[in-house]
Amino acid sequence: MSAASLAEWSNAAVYASMVVLTFSMIAFAASFSARGNRVDAPTRQAPVAVAAGEGTTIVDVHPQSSPEEDLRGRRAGNIGLSLAWLGFGLLLLGTVLRGIWAGRVPWGNMYEYSLSSAVAVLGVFLIVSLRRDVRWLGLFVTAATLLTLGLAVTVLYTEAAQLVPALKSWWLVIHVSAAVICGGAFTVAAGITMLYLWRERAERKGRVRGAVARLPQASRLDTLAYRILAFAFPLWTFAVIAGAIWAENAWGRYWGWDPKETWAFITWVIYAGYLHARATAGWRGRRAAVIALLGWVSFLINYFGVNLFVNSLHSYAGV
Amino acid sequence: MGETEKVMTSPPQIDTGTSPSASPLPPLGPGGFLRWAWRQLTSMRTALILLFLLAIAAIPGSILPQRGIDPILVREWIADAPTWGPILDRLGFFDVYAAPWFAAIYLLLFVSIIGCVLPRTATHIRALRSTPPRAPRRLQRLPEYRSWVRSPDRADGGSAVVLESAAADLRRRRWRVSQGEDEQGGWVAAEKGYSRETGNLLFHAALIALLLAVAYGSLMGWRGNVIVREGTGFSNTLTQYDAWGGGRLSSPDDLDPFSFSLEEFRVEFERETSQRGAPRLFEAEVTVRPEPGAPETTEVIRVNEPLAFDGAKVFLVGHGYAPILEVRDAEGRLVFDDAVVVLPQDGNQTSIGVVKAPDALPQLGFQMLFLPTAAVDDVRGPHSSFPAADDPAIFASAWIGDLGLDDGAPQSVYRLVTDTMSQIGLEALRPGQTWELPDGVGELSFVGWQRWASFQIAHDPGKEPALIASGAALLGLMMSLFIKRRRVWVRARDDEAGTTVEIAGLARTDEANLEEDVDAVARAAGEMQSDGRSFEDRQGGAR
Repeated sequence: MSAASLAEWSNAAVYASMVVLTFSMIAFAASFSARGNRVDAPTRQAPVAVAAGEGTTIVDVHPQSSPEEDLRGRRAGNIGLSLAWLGFGLLLLGTVLRGIWAGRVPWGNMYEYSLSSAVAVLGVFLIVSLRRDVRWLGLFVTAATLLTLGLAVTVLYTEAAQLVPALKSWWLVIHVSAAVICGGAFTVAAGITMLYLWRERAERKGRVRGAVARLPQASRLDTLAYRILAFAFPLWTFAVIAGAIWAENAWGRYWGWDPKETWAFITWVIYAGYLHARATAGWRGRRAAVIALLGWVSFLINYFGVNLFVNSLHSYAGV
Repeated sequence: MGETEKVMTSPPQIDTGTSPSASPLPPLGPGGFLRWAWRQLTSMRTALILLFLLAIAAIPGSILPQRGIDPILVREWIADAPTWGPILDRLGFFDVYAAPWFAAIYLLLFVSIIGCVLPRTATHIRALRSTPPRAPRRLQRLPEYRSWVRSPDRADGGSAVVLESAAADLRRRRWRVSQGEDEQGGWVAAEKGYSRETGNLLFHAALIALLLAVAYGSLMGWRGNVIVREGTGFSNTLTQYDAWGGGRLSSPDDLDPFSFSLEEFRVEFERETSQRGAPRLFEAEVTVRPEPGAPETTEVIRVNEPLAFDGAKVFLVGHGYAPILEVRDAEGRLVFDDAVVVLPQDGNQTSIGVVKAPDALPQLGFQMLFLPTAAVDDVRGPHSSFPAADDPAIFASAWIGDLGLDDGAPQSVYRLVTDTMSQIGLEALRPGQTWELPDGVGELSFVGWQRWASFQIAHDPGKEPALIASGAALLGLMMSLFIKRRRVWVRARDDEAGTTVEIAGLARTDEANLEEDVDAVARAAGEMQSDGRSFEDRQGGAR
C-alpha cells in the first residue's frame, strides 16, 4: 500500500469511527431517557420464581409500570455498547495506520496525540465495561471521545511528518504512552465523578427520580471512580518520572519547571490530595469528588493549554 | 466504611491519619500551645491545605516568564509593565520556584509529612510485632461470613483439628496467625497485608529523600553553557564558559579536565510537508580528549544522546550560524577577520549579531541581521524564510566612532554600544560581496559562513539519588494502593449436633477480595472430611 493511500485509509477509518460513535452516543442517550423511571415506580412486582429443572432461579425485579420502556432502554444501551466497540476498533485501526504511515508511534504531534487519547478514553471505558455494567457512562464517554476527535480532525490536523530530533527517543514510547493511558483513565474517572455528584445530590435531597435513578448508587460510583484513579495515579507518577529521566537525557536537567512539567506536577499534587481526602474524615464524598474533578481540569490545561498557548519545551503541537 | 468501623477492634484505625482539628482553641501555656500547633500542623487537614497551596503556588511560574528559563523575557516583561512588573518582581513571581513563600509551603508540607510519618511508623512497628487480635464473639455480624456444621459421627477429630488445619493453611500462605480459646470454643485469628502500611510509609519517606536529593544536587552541582563554532574547541575550565552557575558547595576551580572540538555540525530541515522548516536532524561531530594527554576519539552528540564524562555530561541544546567577515579600515589594513556568532531570533534562524573593530582608525562597529534564506516583505522587513542556508545574506548597519571598550567596562559581544558612535550606512551583502563604506572609512566583506552549536554541560550528583528516591516512592505508592489489609477468623466448637465451624472476614481497606480469602480458609478447614462434600455443606452467609 502506498503512503498516500495509507494516509487516506487512516483518515477514512477515523471518520468512520466518528460516525459510528455518533450513533453509539445517540443509542446511549436513548437508553438514558427511555429507562427514566424505573426505581421510583410505586408498585414493585414480587420476585418471580421460575421453576427450572431441579433448581430455583430468582428472576430480576422489574417495575410493573414500564417493562417495555425498560426493555427498550436496555436494548438501546446494548446497541450503544456494541457500536462503541465497533467505533473503538475503527479508531484503533485509524491510529495504527497513521503510525505505520509515519513510521513511528502515533503520537508525534497533537493530532496524533488526540487520536491516541481518544483510543485511551474509549479503551478504559470498554475494559471497565467487560467487568461490570457501565452502560450508564456510555453517553459521557462517547461524547468526550467525539469532542476530542472533532477537535483533532478540524483544528489540530497535521500531515504526518518525521519527528523533530528532540522526540527521537525510546522515552517517547514509554513516557507518552503512560501519559495517554492516564488521560483516558482520568477522563473516565471524571465522568463517573460528575455523575456521582449528580446522583449524590439527588440521594441527599431524596429525589432519585428520572434519569438520575438510572445511575448506580452514589457510593458505588464513588468506589468505581476511586478504583480507576488508584490505578491511574501510580501510572501518572511513573509518567512524570519517565519524563524526568528523558528530560535529563535530552536537556541536561531532570526537572526545569517547564510549563508542561509544572502542570504535570500540579495535576499530581491535586490527585495526591484526592487520595488523602478520601481517607480523611470530613473530606470524603463530595469534597474528594470536587478535588478529583480539579485534577482532571489541571490535566486538560496541561494537555490543551500548554500545547497551544504557552511557549514550552513541550510545544510539539505542529499546528 | 461506616459499618466496617463499628465492628473494628483494636488497634485503632490508622489509615485515616490524625483526627481533624480536635481542639479549636489552644490550651494555656507555651508547652500546650506548641503541642496544639504541632497537632494542627501534622493533621491531615493541614496537609491537604498545604497540598492545594502548593498546587496553586506553582501556577504563576507557568504563566509568567521565569528568570531560570528566560531572563531576557523577564526583563522585557518588567519593562512593559512599569507598575506591576517591579512589584511582582519583588514578590518573587519571576522566580517562583526559588521564592521564599514557595519554599515555605513545601517545607511546611514536608514537616507535616514527617510529623505524620514518625508516629505512624512507631504504630506500624508495634503492629508488626503484635499478634492479630482475638476473634470477635459474633462473627456473623462481619461483612463476609459463612458457617456449617459437621456431623458428630465423623471420627476425624472435631474442632481442634479444624482449627489446627485452618491455622496451618493460613501460616503457609503467609498470614499472621494467633490462636486461643474462650467460652465459645477455640478460635484462629489471622491478618495479612501489613505491607500496605509499609508501602505508605515508604512512599512518604521516599518523598523526603527526594527533596534531600534535589537539595544536594543543587548545592553540589553546576551547569554551564558554551557556544562552539565549527573548527574550534572547548576545554572544561570556568573561563571558557559563556555562562556558568553552580551550587553553593560546588567547586568551580576543580572541573573535570576534558576538552573537545566541534568538527562538523550537521542539520536537516523538513522541506516537504506542512511542518516545513521543522528540524529533522541535529548532529555534532566532535573529537574528544577526556583529559590532557589522553588519546583523542571521535564522537557524535545528538539531542537525546549526550556525551558523558566522569564528572559531567555534555548536551547539545542549540545551533546557529557564524558568518565569516573581514573588516578593513581607511588605510586598507585588515583589522578584523573572524567568524561571528549570530543569535537566532526565530524558527527560521533570522539571526542578529555585531562586529567590533577596535583596531580600525577611527573605530568601526557593525550591527547585522544574518538571514540563511533571505526574504524581504513589507510587514516583517528583511527576515529568513527557511532555517537552512539556501540563500544567505547579511543586512548590515555600519557605525563609526568610539566603541567604548577603552574604559575597561565589560561589554556584551552581542551588543554594540552606540552612545558615542554615529551611523554611516546600511547595506545588504551576499557571500563574496564587499561593501565599500561611505567616505572611504573602510570596507566590510562577507566571506562565507559556518555553523556553531551550543552545549549545556551539567554536573548533578543529586540525580541518581533522586531517581532512586522516585523509584522507591513509586514502589511504596503501589504497595499502599494495591495491597489489601484484611483479617479472617475461624471459630469451631463441638457439641451434640457436631462441630460448628464459623469463618468470617473483614477488610481493613477498601475492596479487598475477602470472598476468595474466606473461601480458601473454608477449603482448608473442610479438607479434613474424607467424603469430599465439605464445600457443598457450607451454608450461605447471614447477610
